[in-house]
Amino acid sequence: MSRWTCPLEGRRHQFDSLADLMAKATPLRSGDQLAGLAAGDAEERVAAQLCLADVPLELFIEEPLIPYEQDEVTRLIADRHDRDAFAPVAHLSVGGFRDWLLAFSAQEEVLTGLAPGLTPEMVSAVSKIMSNQDLILVAQKCRRETAFRNTLGTAGCLAVRLQPNHPTDDPRAIAASIVDGLLYGCGDACIGINPATDSVDSTIELLKLLDDVIRHYAIPTQSCVLSHVTTTLEAMEREAPVDLVFQSVAGTEAANSAFGISLSLLREAQAAAQSLSRGTVGNNVMYFETGQGSALSADAHHGIDQQTCEARAYAVAREFDPLLVNTVVGFIGPEYLYDGKQIIRAGLEDHFCGKLLGLPMGVDVCYTNHAEADQDDMDNLLTLLGVAGCNYFMGVPGADDIMLGYQSTSFHDSHYLRQVLGLKPAPEFAAWLEGMNITDTNGRLCEIGENHPLLEAKSVS
Amino acid sequence: MTSSKHLPVAAPNWTDLRHLTDARIALGRAGGSLRTPTLLDFRLAHARARDAVHAEFDAANLAAVLREANLETLALASRARSRAQFLLRPDLGRRLEAGAVERLNSRTDRPADIVILLSDGLSATAAHAHGPDTAICLHRHLTRLGRTVFPVVLVPFGRVKLQDEVGEILQAKQTVMLLGERPGLGAPDSLGAYLTYGPEQRRNDADRNCVSNIRASGLPPEAAAEKLAQLLTESLRLKTSGVQLKDTQLPPLPPVPRD
Repeated sequence: MSRWTCPLEGRRHQFDSLADLMAKATPLRSGDQLAGLAAGDAEERVAAQLCLADVPLELFIEEPLIPYEQDEVTRLIADRHDRDAFAPVAHLSVGGFRDWLLAFSAQEEVLTGLAPGLTPEMVSAVSKIMSNQDLILVAQKCRRETAFRNTLGTAGCLAVRLQPNHPTDDPRAIAASIVDGLLYGCGDACIGINPATDSVDSTIELLKLLDDVIRHYAIPTQSCVLSHVTTTLEAMEREAPVDLVFQSVAGTEAANSAFGISLSLLREAQAAAQSLSRGTVGNNVMYFETGQGSALSADAHHGIDQQTCEARAYAVAREFDPLLVNTVVGFIGPEYLYDGKQIIRAGLEDHFCGKLLGLPMGVDVCYTNHAEADQDDMDNLLTLLGVAGCNYFMGVPGADDIMLGYQSTSFHDSHYLRQVLGLKPAPEFAAWLEGMNITDTNGRLCEIGENHPLLEAKSVS
Repeated sequence: MTSSKHLPVAAPNWTDLRHLTDARIALGRAGGSLRTPTLLDFRLAHARARDAVHAEFDAANLAAVLREANLETLALASRARSRAQFLLRPDLGRRLEAGAVERLNSRTDRPADIVILLSDGLSATAAHAHGPDTAICLHRHLTRLGRTVFPVVLVPFGRVKLQDEVGEILQAKQTVMLLGERPGLGAPDSLGAYLTYGPEQRRNDADRNCVSNIRASGLPPEAAAEKLAQLLTESLRLKTSGVQLKDTQLPPLPPVPRD
């Protein structure tokens, strides 16, 4: 027998389970269609949303989508759930929760206090019935500050991860892209390299390069080489200068297992990095990346829609008090997010869900060349997320990542967004940029002459 | 005539950094934004990549080019019926349509020794530009090595795994799939080659070896074909492919006899 029915004129829609209802209520995307979970047509989708709006939030606690015994992410979500924090919304349905979030009374401190009382499934459910403007408005009311060598996520701050990737990890090529990014005022979220080779030796070599640059120019920022967590652990054992520990995470134990990780492994890495005490103004040492579709592509989604799997990944991230979390929204390809419209929607959902759960969310606003999207779609998403208060974006030379073969956002994009929205870099980094004559007191880029200290770098020439 | 070319690009020693990387650095700026030439350069690169993804696979012309080099071909179809379906449903590109299965089953030249497949994958531009040269050179190497090469299988909308079904039906010892890689901005015409020892449905990516970035300014087709011939020879000797077959220190091919 069906759990939920929605009798509409001429048609009666039925939904068998909470997972089925949530999947069919999800705005159209190719990944849920590929998984065979999506609504069959547009009316069924709205019928599911009508039913979902009446589901009490309590049900998400009573009925885990993956059983407690089977999945350590479910256990983490259940064990960490804070009943006291949940109390203000405990009586609400999903639809009532949407109205509550939009109310003038739901301001920053209220939402900060609520976060430990929310589970990923509640947040995912409410996002499914929200419009894009709802996702922007509520996310903008949430704030999450974190710190290591600078302070990220403060009001009016927009940070950039400088991403100087190179297909062969050539240190001089990477150094050239770092200098370029710094001269465009980028790199406060971190200077983070996706290595072409995930080996301990090459990771250590890149970590030393980053450490040299940061120390030589006294840059108030942190470095990261985005190797597998086990590689970074070994690098720390060999006393490499590790600021942040990176890892891709997903929303089910099985998907994390496909990534070669577990919660205990992440705990070990967090403790190791914190013990180095390399932060100066804070000690948030973890950097996580996520993305809708990762659980399905690992065949580890348990019949749950890709957006709910994604929100569950944020529960994993939340456990480790990260400096940075970002969804790499359009990287996975058109079989998961088909076009600009689906990528934009997913980016807004991910940012909203992460922020409401209390995470310092950034977004890799990006696409591949086989997706129906172009740079104008990225301009749109970048602008919407800027208004929504996204903590940081990627800064890739000319938006073209020559190692990963996809398009993201450029150094120039950050200046566009800072101009139209009046945003500034992290305060410590902004002061450094001024001191280095890279930006003026208004945050505008200065002319860079041949004698600029960054262009005299011995590591590059 | 005024163009944005008068805008300052970057200090000369900043521009010099471009020698160190293909990344789009030292672009200069208009205010904080991209200069017009930079914006349009990017748009051109993206347009070429998009055209490569959506270009139609011309099996008839490829067959004609290969025939001129005395290579037989066999045109088949995957289960994907259109470009959009191929992009949305990777599973359909991994399987043959029913008619293709029948045609392979009725072949009298089974079991086959080695099968070369050529598909557009994510770039027909790459398949057209480098598929014939790579297939012809590889064919020449293999024939010289005493191998029997099945007619080149031409199949639009194919994924890497399609070779497993083709190889299984033909009971082939080895298969090589040549197909267009997902285009990056700098390289819309990059071909990839994936070889499998003992192709059958249970194979996965870990069972294959890959030679990628086959294009004029990457790994040229002649060099790629030589590497593939070396890999196939070593794979046959070890009776395996994939993670067990390392592509470092492969034995050289026997010298070409002088005519």
